[in-house]
Amino acid sequence: MLIVAVLLLAAGTYGFRLAGVLLAGRLALPDRVRRMLPLVAATLLAALAATAALTEGGGFAGVARPAGVLVGVVLAWRRAPFIVVVVAAAATAAALRLAGLP
Amino acid sequence: MGTSERTSTSRLARDVAAIAVAITAVGVSFGAIATAAGLPAWLVCAMSVLVFAGGSQFMAVGLIAAGNPVAAVLAGLLLNARHLPFGLAIAGPVLGGGRWTTLVGSHLMIDESVAFALAQPDASARRRAYWLAGGTLFVGWNAGTLLGVALGGAAGDPGVLGLDAAFPAGLVALLLPSLRGVEARRVALAGAALAVLTTPLLPAGLPVLLALAGLAALALPLPPRREAPC
Repeated sequence: MLIVAVLLLAAGTYGFRLAGVLLAGRLALPDRVRRMLPLVAATLLAALAATAALTEGGGFAGVARPAGVLVGVVLAWRRAPFIVVVVAAAATAAALRLAGLP
Repeated sequence: MGTSERTSTSRLARDVAAIAVAITAVGVSFGAIATAAGLPAWLVCAMSVLVFAGGSQFMAVGLIAAGNPVAAVLAGLLLNARHLPFGLAIAGPVLGGGRWTTLVGSHLMIDESVAFALAQPDASARRRAYWLAGGTLFVGWNAGTLLGVALGGAAGDPGVLGLDAAFPAGLVALLLPSLRGVEARRVALAGAALAVLTTPLLPAGLPVLLALAGLAALALPLPPRREAPC
């Protein structure tokens, strides 16, 4: 039973992945829509980043994680190298947790 | 390969490596948690290879442990539905070409490989970034899972390392080049706000898809530019 669940999840997930790629080659999308597709992906990723930064299981994510992400975003905005952004975000969240913040 | 191309490839490799370390650590935690939840070790490893979508795997394991495998499949699929629009967006520059490129490349589609691709300036750089990120992170995620299964309860909590803050920050850093324009920024911010506000109300996965309604912000007229007072 468990293996069926895992296989269904795997097959469905792969189906979503492949469907988008195949549809892109077959749908006759107007140029205006085609040009917007990268913005569609960017908007989904922005929403994903925002919900991952601020929420946990439908509630608020606490203090440490949003603060860490905020530090990373400010650094990214100031054009800091990617690795600095990622490490600073993690270090900030880790330090705040060490200090006892949720 | 020109000098500037070589520089950008080595910078890309370094950036991908940073995320790969984090993903491997989260993979360790997934392996340990899934084993602790009672899943057989081989099934945990198979899941990471075949599903390769961390968020849905954690959610599915939680629901399976709670005795509800049907909900695990449905909730996981809802969470992963965003890959369809991802595929639409990146198929042309990244996954065009032979049948195997499409079949294998589609499986490497995760948030980070899409984000790394979008962050590049042209089609060939997008292609390179997608495959490098997708391939490296696939190896990292599965190596981490394997290690977590082996370590079991000895594996630590990635929250201690602040990794949960690293992923959203990395995504935003990769997105900024795509959001230079006023319109793009408005759409992304509207979508993100909508997703955050609806998260307490809707099942996981739906708020992120709902963010596409942020595209409606494009239909609104731009606010008139205020004249600078003299």
